[in-house]
Amino acid sequence: MYNKVCAADIAALQAIVGQADVLTGEAINPDYAHDELGGISRMPEVLVRVHTTEEVSAVMKLAYDRSIPVTVRGSGTGLVGAAVPIHGGILLETTRMNKILALDSNNLTVTVQPGVLLMELAAFAEENDFLYPPDPGEKSATIGGNISTNAGGMRAVKYGVTRDYVRALTVVLPNGEIQTFGAAVAKNSSGYSLKDLIIGSEGTLAIICEAVLKLVPLPKVSISLLVPFPDMKTAIEAVPHIIRSKVTPTAIEYMSRDTILFSESYLGKRFPDTKNDAYILLTFDGNTDAQVEQDMSTVAELCLSIGALDAYIVDTEERKKSVWSARGAFLEAIKASTTEMDECDVVVPGNQVDTFIKFTHELAAEFNVRIPSFGHAGDGNLHVYICRDELNDEDWERTLNAIFDRMYEKSVELGGLVSGEHGIGYAKKEFLKRQYGETPIALMQGIKQVFDPKCILNPGKVCF
Amino acid sequence: MKILVCVKQVPGSNNVEVDPVTGVLKRSGIPSKINPYDLYGIETALSLAERFGGTVDSLTMGPPQAKAVIQETVCMGVRKGTVLTDRKFAGADVLATAYTLSQGIAKCGDYDLIICGKQTTDGDTAQVGAEVAEYLGLPNVSNVLSVDDLRDGRLYLTASLDEKVVSLSVSLPCLISMDGDINTPRLPSYKIRKTLTDDSCAFLTFADFADQNPDHYGLSGSATQVERIFPPEKVSQKHSIEGDAETQAQALYQLLLDKKML
Repeated sequence: MYNKVCAADIAALQAIVGQADVLTGEAINPDYAHDELGGISRMPEVLVRVHTTEEVSAVMKLAYDRSIPVTVRGSGTGLVGAAVPIHGGILLETTRMNKILALDSNNLTVTVQPGVLLMELAAFAEENDFLYPPDPGEKSATIGGNISTNAGGMRAVKYGVTRDYVRALTVVLPNGEIQTFGAAVAKNSSGYSLKDLIIGSEGTLAIICEAVLKLVPLPKVSISLLVPFPDMKTAIEAVPHIIRSKVTPTAIEYMSRDTILFSESYLGKRFPDTKNDAYILLTFDGNTDAQVEQDMSTVAELCLSIGALDAYIVDTEERKKSVWSARGAFLEAIKASTTEMDECDVVVPGNQVDTFIKFTHELAAEFNVRIPSFGHAGDGNLHVYICRDELNDEDWERTLNAIFDRMYEKSVELGGLVSGEHGIGYAKKEFLKRQYGETPIALMQGIKQVFDPKCILNPGKVCF
Repeated sequence: MKILVCVKQVPGSNNVEVDPVTGVLKRSGIPSKINPYDLYGIETALSLAERFGGTVDSLTMGPPQAKAVIQETVCMGVRKGTVLTDRKFAGADVLATAYTLSQGIAKCGDYDLIICGKQTTDGDTAQVGAEVAEYLGLPNVSNVLSVDDLRDGRLYLTASLDEKVVSLSVSLPCLISMDGDINTPRLPSYKIRKTLTDDSCAFLTFADFADQNPDHYGLSGSATQVERIFPPEKVSQKHSIEGDAETQAQALYQLLLDKKML
């Protein structure tokens, strides 16, 4: 079905992007075979580092003519194997397309190339008194990757997810054609939203080469509250009360003492408080001290009335760093605490978070494995990690599959979905198929075929 | 053990503008906070009191609104605090500040241990702690990394001497200045903040001090005067190193060597 990359292809690719940015064989770092989680692995036949939209277009024309599979990769921080070239072929790396092209203060937009890192965009926006609200934990992810997975992050409770901030996308289609979907406008009822099809398509429909993103004015004041609870049950049960209070925090995160301790040991830094079993971490932002103080006090009082032991005020840069840096390191910290792990990124309705977390505790006891978790209690998106620890290959495989089956079944039962923000990629395909059933998957496959009739762009992912 | 922690109210942001005409920091409208270095001192003091028993009080010098930082120390677990405030204290340099603090400490009571932060983020001199100790006639240890033990009236410490780390002991009473980034300071409690009363913060003025010579305080008691304050020049450069891992590592090493960072 696909052709192998031959010497003539290499020469053609070198002519497009330059000799130094076409790598083959041992010149390719083994890390390019996998993403952040590492379970799915395959080396590309050739690694191509692109610099411009025109280069991407030329590479795709070649790949299309020659029927060579192409997988796009940003920073490689994905967690479901979406950027792994499972059919070999060309791995097209976008990290050199890393320029912030324009800031439009009149229309509150910024135009970026896909290789700009989330942390670079966040800092750029802040320097210009703006906020780019999507705030996934992995700050070294590229914006292209964030758009491809419709990444959410910690501020989704108030500000929504990446999709809500994409105004326009310039993409290269699998046949090499360059197209712009959407525009730098606030409203758009102009036919099917092709831009929205690209967002979250995990590199299967087109290659994002430029994005116009919406910014909001930078809130002048921001305070976090770290609220300790005697146990996770009381902590999680507090969340619906907070949401009902009509105060809208930007973030509501839950964390257990165990996870915090992993993070302490990983970072070599103490967390400000580890005396209690469970914590809720909230952030409030706004433009005046009085407004933010009012919101914070309302929620602090509410939490104290329903079982919180205190509410610690996180109000300076130093304090925010001491708390949020630990939160940002949870994934890496859990990873460092075990031999291998796999993750489940389900999203359930907000009022079912407690039920799901309790269920993971039951599974941990039943299968005798560690299943630490943390996540976005405010939007129902949970990050649950199954740790291999000392299990042998056979037991690990069996246990993991059994736990995944049970967890995804439970999420469906609770009205949830397979992935809140990490995507489907390769690893979660079967669970998606199982949940959605024939028709939705067939519709997705139909869309894929219209965009990519030769199925050369990131084959074997999401719905195929 | 009776412990006193000295704290200072500083601008809440590091990006405070300097008035180009007067050379004075534009503080108005800028939120303030406890000097971050002092938080390590507060944490050390509270941990020591938990471990060995005792009380922790706090002290600051500043305008009446410096009460806010004293209340914040109370929210972190400090028993009570005092603000030294008087127009006569205004314009104090390092020497006059240290003298004023020493007068205030003498008035506040007998403390076994006085803890200061290493330096402030708005003054950066790192001299006040040692000078307070001198005025009070107390032994002083700077750049303390940890307080390891308390035995027979002596405090056992680990301190940094730039390229060396020393273990030493010092007899109580004494003054120690804590190094930065040595612990994770606890967070202020909303629950305590709700119960704050006026009793948590006392005020002392010039009239309360033993030395009633106004020439020893504020601008007239200062040995130095600030001629000009200006923000440091910021140079931001991006340098890309190309090549394979080995070439990049070698180039990075050479770069750091050339910049005298290694």
